[in-house]
Amino acid sequence: MKRLLILGAGTAGTMMANHLRKRVNPADWRMTLIDQYPKHYYQPGFLFMPFGLYSEADVVRPKRDFIPRGLDYVEGKVERIDAEKNRVRLASGGSLDYDLLIVATGAKTAPDQTEGMTEGDWRKRVFDFYTFEGATALRRALRDWQGGRLVVHISEMPIKCPVAPLEFSFLADWWLAQRGLREKTELTYVTPLSSAFTKPICSEVLGHLLRQKRIQVVTDFNIARVDNERHRIVSWDEKEVPYDLLVTVPTNMGDAVIERSGLGDELNFIPTDRHTLQSKEHPNVFAIGDATDLPASKAGSVAHFEAEVLTKNLLHAMREEPLEKDFDGHANCFIETGYGKAVLIDFNYEVQPVQGTFPLPGLGPFSLLKESRLNHWGKLAFRWIYWNVLLKAAPMPGIGHRMSRAGKQLPAEALQAGAAA
Amino acid sequence: MPQKQINGFNIDINDEGYMTNHAQWNREVAAALAQEAGITLTDAHWRVLGFIDKDFKEKGVVAGMRRMNKVGGIPTKELYALFPDGPIKKAAKIAGYPKPASCV
Ligand SMILES: Cc1cc2nc3c(=O)[nH]c(=O)nc-3n(C[C@H](O)[C@H](O)[C@H](O)COP(=O)(O)OP(=O)(O)OC[C@H]3O[C@@H](n4cnc5c(N)ncnc54)[C@H](O)[C@@H]3O)c2cc1C
Repeated sequence: MKRLLILGAGTAGTMMANHLRKRVNPADWRMTLIDQYPKHYYQPGFLFMPFGLYSEADVVRPKRDFIPRGLDYVEGKVERIDAEKNRVRLASGGSLDYDLLIVATGAKTAPDQTEGMTEGDWRKRVFDFYTFEGATALRRALRDWQGGRLVVHISEMPIKCPVAPLEFSFLADWWLAQRGLREKTELTYVTPLSSAFTKPICSEVLGHLLRQKRIQVVTDFNIARVDNERHRIVSWDEKEVPYDLLVTVPTNMGDAVIERSGLGDELNFIPTDRHTLQSKEHPNVFAIGDATDLPASKAGSVAHFEAEVLTKNLLHAMREEPLEKDFDGHANCFIETGYGKAVLIDFNYEVQPVQGTFPLPGLGPFSLLKESRLNHWGKLAFRWIYWNVLLKAAPMPGIGHRMSRAGKQLPAEALQAGAAA
Repeated sequence: MPQKQINGFNIDINDEGYMTNHAQWNREVAAALAQEAGITLTDAHWRVLGFIDKDFKEKGVVAGMRRMNKVGGIPTKELYALFPDGPIKKAAKIAGYPKPASCV
C-alpha cells in the first residue's frame, strides 16, 4: 500500500484531507495528516478581536472536529523533511515514509527579524494582530487607549491577507470615533510599498477612503529597526515615524522546518509551480496555502481554490498521469471599511480587482470594488462558511476555482501585463 | 496604453512610467530610464538590475529587499546608495518590470 502524508492541519491541510478522503480508496493509499497543535484558529477573525467584535469562542475550535475519519491523524511537530529519501522525521523521534507529500505548514509572523521589535515596547506599545496572543493583547491595550499617535505598519511583503492592515486602519477609525477618541488620535498607515493601493483601478476607486477617514499614509518605508527608547520606527534611509501605539505586521515567514529541510527561499517559502502546485524541485512533493512562494495572495480563499486544483493533481499523480496546469491565482477577499460596510475583490494572476457584481453577473448580490452593507454581511458570514463549508471541503455552488470574467467590468488595463507568464 | 520614445526606442508604459511590455526592454532603454531618474548606471547598478531580471523570470515578481540581500548578495545600505528614495521601485522601473504591488 502506498502512503500520502499531509504536513499541517490548518486551513489548507484540513481541506486537502477532506477532499482526498472522499476521493481516494483507502485500500490503495494510506493517508496521514500531521500537525503540532490541537487548536484550529480562524485567523481572519483576529482582525475583529482588538475591537471586541469577536472573542476567543468565535475564532477557536478543536482541530480534530474537522479531520475526517478513515485517515490517520498524528499530533506532533515535524522536525525535518528529507525529500531525497521521501521521509519525514518528527521531533518525537519517529519517522514516516511517503510516496506523495503535501506541505501545508503555512506562514507565521517573525518579529525577531526586525532589530528591536521584540524588545522593551513589545506587547506594551508594540503589538501585532496576526496571532491569537497578539490580537488578545492588543484588545487590552485599546481598552486603555486615551489618544495619541496610533501607527499601523507593514514590515515587509509578502504578508498573509495583504488587505488586513488597511482593514485594521479603517476599523480603528470607526472604533475611535464611536468612543469619542478619533479627534485625539493621529492615525498613520506605514507601508514599504509606494502607495496604500498599488493597483491602478483600486487606487482610483478606493483611494479616497484614506483621505476621507483622515488616515495619513507614509509610503516607501522599509523598516530597519524599532527604537524602543524614543518610541519610533526607523527606516533604512533614516526616516522616522513616532508612535504611542504601534500595530505592526511583522515579517511573515514559512515554518522553520522548511529552512531546516533546505526546501525554502529566503522567507522559507517553497518554490512551487504556480499552475500545478507541484514543488519545483521534487516531483512527488506538492505545496499549498501560505507555505508556497506563488505570486498569489496568502489567503484562505486562495487555499480553497488551490485545494480543488491540487485534489485533481494528486489523483493524477497517484495514477501517474500528467498534471493539470489549472490554478489561475484566483483570490476572493472582503475588505472591511468600517461603519458596517465592506468592499469585495475577486481577481487572479492576470486580472486585477475591478468593479462589477459577484457571483452572478448583473445580479450580485455582492458588488465588486465598491462599499456596501451587504459586503460587510458577507465578511461576517465568511466565518460560518469557513467552519461549515470550506474546511469540510463541501461544494460552493456557483463559485469555481477558475476566476470568472462574467459580471466584471474589464478595461484593457485590468489585465496586468507581466504578471504570471 | 501610453507609449513613449526613449533613446530612439518606442516603449509601452503605464501611467506611472513603468514598462508594460518587457520584450521592448534593452540596455539602452535601461540607461535612458535611469537617466530620467537621475542615475548613471555603473557595474554595481547592473548587478542589481541583472539580479532583478533573472529573479523575475523565475518567480514572476520583483525581488524584495530581503531577497536582494540574501539571494542576490546586495546589502540594503548599498541598494539605497545606488537607487536613493525607494530603491526597489526605482530599480524595478529601470529593469523594465512592474512596480512591486499588493493585491489592491
Ligand atoms: C489577521 C489575518 C486576517 C486574515 N484575513 C483573511 C480573510 O479575510 N480572508 C482570507 O481568505 N484569508 C485571510 N487570512 C489568511 C488565512 O488565514 C490564511 O491564508 C490561511 O489560514 C492559510 O492556511 P494554511 O493552511 O496555508 O496555513 P495555516 O492555516 O496557518 O496552517 C498551517 C498549519 O501547519 C502547522 N505546522 C506548521 N509547521 C509545523 C511543523 N513543523 N510541524 C507540525 N505542524 C506544523 C501549524 O500548526 C498550522 O496548523 C487572514 C490571516 C490573518 C493572520
